[in-house]
Amino acid sequence: MSLHPVISALRRHKAGVVLIVLQIALTLAIVCNAIFLIQQRIERASRPTGAVEDGLIRISQTWFGAPSGDDAAAIEKLDAMQRADLATLRALPDVQDAAASTSMPLQGMIYSGNLSLNPQQSGLNVTAAYYYGDERLRPTLGVRLVAGRDFKVDEILHHGISGDAVSPVVIVSQPVADKLFPQGDALGKTIYQDGKPAAIVGIVERLQTPTTQAWGSSWDYNSVLEPVRLDGASASYALRARPGREQAVMREARKALLAVNPLRVMPESWGIQSLSQIRAKIYRADHAMALLMTVICVILLGVTAAGIVGLTSFWVGQRRKQIGVRRALGARKADIVRYFQVENLLIAGVGVVLGALLAALLNLWLMAHYAMPRLPPAYLLVGVLAVLALGQFAVWGPARRASHVPPVVATRAT
Amino acid sequence: MFFPSPFGEGAQRAGEGTFEAQRCALAEPSPPAPPPMGEGSNIQEDGMFGYYLDLALRSLKRNKSLTALMVLAIALGIGASMTMLTVLHVLSGDPLPGKSALIYYPQIDPQDLKGMQPNKEPPEQVTLIDGLNLLHAGRADHQALMSGGSVPLDPQKTDLDPFYVEARYTTPDFFPMFDAPFLFGHAWTEADGEAKVREVVIARSLNDKLFGGADSVGRIVRMAGVDWRIVGVLDKWRPNPHFYDLNTGSYDYGEQVFLPLQTMLDLRLDRNGSTDCWGNGGGGVGNILPSDDCVWLQFWVQLDTPTKAAAYKEFLVHYSQEQKALGRFQRAPNVRLRNVMQWLDYQMVVPGDVRLQTGLAFGFLLVCLVNTVGLMLAKFMRRAAELGVRRALGASKRALFAQLLIESGVVGLVGGVGGLLLALFGLWLVRQRPSDYAALAHLDLSMLFITFALAVGATLLAGLLPAWRACQVAPALQLKSN
Repeated sequence: MSLHPVISALRRHKAGVVLIVLQIALTLAIVCNAIFLIQQRIERASRPTGAVEDGLIRISQTWFGAPSGDDAAAIEKLDAMQRADLATLRALPDVQDAAASTSMPLQGMIYSGNLSLNPQQSGLNVTAAYYYGDERLRPTLGVRLVAGRDFKVDEILHHGISGDAVSPVVIVSQPVADKLFPQGDALGKTIYQDGKPAAIVGIVERLQTPTTQAWGSSWDYNSVLEPVRLDGASASYALRARPGREQAVMREARKALLAVNPLRVMPESWGIQSLSQIRAKIYRADHAMALLMTVICVILLGVTAAGIVGLTSFWVGQRRKQIGVRRALGARKADIVRYFQVENLLIAGVGVVLGALLAALLNLWLMAHYAMPRLPPAYLLVGVLAVLALGQFAVWGPARRASHVPPVVATRAT
Repeated sequence: MFFPSPFGEGAQRAGEGTFEAQRCALAEPSPPAPPPMGEGSNIQEDGMFGYYLDLALRSLKRNKSLTALMVLAIALGIGASMTMLTVLHVLSGDPLPGKSALIYYPQIDPQDLKGMQPNKEPPEQVTLIDGLNLLHAGRADHQALMSGGSVPLDPQKTDLDPFYVEARYTTPDFFPMFDAPFLFGHAWTEADGEAKVREVVIARSLNDKLFGGADSVGRIVRMAGVDWRIVGVLDKWRPNPHFYDLNTGSYDYGEQVFLPLQTMLDLRLDRNGSTDCWGNGGGGVGNILPSDDCVWLQFWVQLDTPTKAAAYKEFLVHYSQEQKALGRFQRAPNVRLRNVMQWLDYQMVVPGDVRLQTGLAFGFLLVCLVNTVGLMLAKFMRRAAELGVRRALGASKRALFAQLLIESGVVGLVGGVGGLLLALFGLWLVRQRPSDYAALAHLDLSMLFITFALAVGATLLAGLLPAWRACQVAPALQLKSN
């Protein structure tokens, strides 16, 4: 079929054609970028922490009337309270493991510092999160040890952080090891944490930092395990529940800790929570954003499809006589349907070319202002095909109706 | 019919309907067909308006599904964009209307030479020693040094469990500088603060909770294991965003207790917020304070005139030079003095997501408008015959143009009402979301007005091109061709 009659007919509807082309182009540009954004958000919200999340529980609590000084006696008292809590938690039937743990991936409470290869901290510098805890922390989190060993019981220190007592041994995450020792020989080497030396005795595969904020996003898997129980008026613990007993452990732990010492604050909202609850809470905004974008995309595509249906319907109505003439001259119904399909393909084709261009521009703008990555061409390709298919789908109804125009219309006066 | 189209039968009937009307018009040029009018007409302007409105409604009714689509598209576009615009408007609001231009946030750079880059911003908070130095220098009209935290409160009542309250540790100029309104009592004095008194100003919500709203000045409240005497109760006061300390979350955060900073330093109460250290600085945990190589406090000043602000900036430079001469500072003076709105802007307080969603919503509105322009164009052009008849019967181009614009205005008005309802629904949805600004999302009067103006304005704009195109019909040609 020759395109000539289609094009010359469209010339008579310049304004309408321009508008529908523009609409298709804008729709494609917005939908492509929005879907890319949705995918980014979902990917961000589902990346693994490195811990075995199912059955992992965090307890944050503060004692009332805990010793407030930082003298040795107060520290020892606080440490005894912490060890008593841990012993109680480990004795619970549904608890597989329990550990002192200042931080938890995603949870937000973060200690961080600067790692370097010399005490002057010159040259290579890596920011990392410090996870303070005891020898059970690594197994309780379920983080995979890929080299070296766990902390030994006699390596565990305890102090109220005053900045000068630092453990001589640490376990680092693989990204930290790779950044400081690109040759892959990190194990056994000495690193300087904020200027103070420590030997790497173990490497864990992956451990996300406790923060998901933008300021921490460039070092989001740089973590260091420190064999230190931090003593303060607040202490927090990590628990590993036996399979399927997560809910039970959360109830039992509260009861057991209050039985040990009722003078403590452990709010319902964040005192005891599972990592899956923490994850849901921390990524709520991302899920909400993804949902909103999805809804807008669907409505946008709906509006554009309805616009195509509406405009084509008008054109069909306007050309009833011409359609009748063509039918009278021997065109089959299928020819009429094909005519409108080709016409739509032509319009949508121009629309998607323009739209792809707009999408790329919009992406460039988003990259400049919202730190979005570059839009992969696959998204554009899928978007283009989807919009072309949408056009064909939308034009099907009016085209079918056009094909039902009887040839006899050609002979009528009006 | 195989394909269930909302336009199917309607469109065909509409076509015939137009021809029908046209035939009537030729046979008897009286209502319901258009009567003679235009330049020669003696119908008054307002009468014309009523008549055009009538014509518009007839035309819209003739093509119900199409009209519904146009109205729906406008309503969706307006609803989405107004929802997001309202959220943006609320979030970028001025926390201290009328005063924010006089309140400044001084920044100085006490860091060591490591990691220094030219033009790099100084730290976003101050160290304790610099904060106290600037406070005691007293060069501004008001100045306050502060930090945030939370303290356990023991109500010592049987019906209430111990709970945490959000606390602001500050020097007393905080209250007059930020126009915090007192319901009862007053702040502690500067001298009391220096003397580390255990006095507290509590928020109205806490006063309601603990004392049932009674004047509690002079009463004792036990926090962090210590007795505090209440000296003042603040009335409802919650600046949004929480500009003076953005570490707490920017929106819908309010402290329940205000404690003297010096007393907090003395008692080593727990802090929340961010602590940035350099060199061998220790961040301090629990009851250990951060070292002097750490910034962890906010320092705010009030400067009543631009001259004073300029002088204060000079002072900050001198202070930095002095500290460098003393060997404390290592870098060349690097100071900033932003007022509240500049500070919020610099901190990019409005969430990027909200800006992005607002942009998306307006993109969506644009597509909806283009869609409406296209549909109106088709609809108006389709009526070329009817318009030709009206032209032939003496209606001026202007009259036709007005008629068609009224038709698009009606669509805009109805779409606007729909958009308003959708925006109210959208804001309700926003309020159900778990973000810290959720509770703030309400439509105010100005946004209500903007919604309508935007809806009608946008649709009239959308109607301009189709209406102009449609009135270009030559009167006679249309009569002849059919």
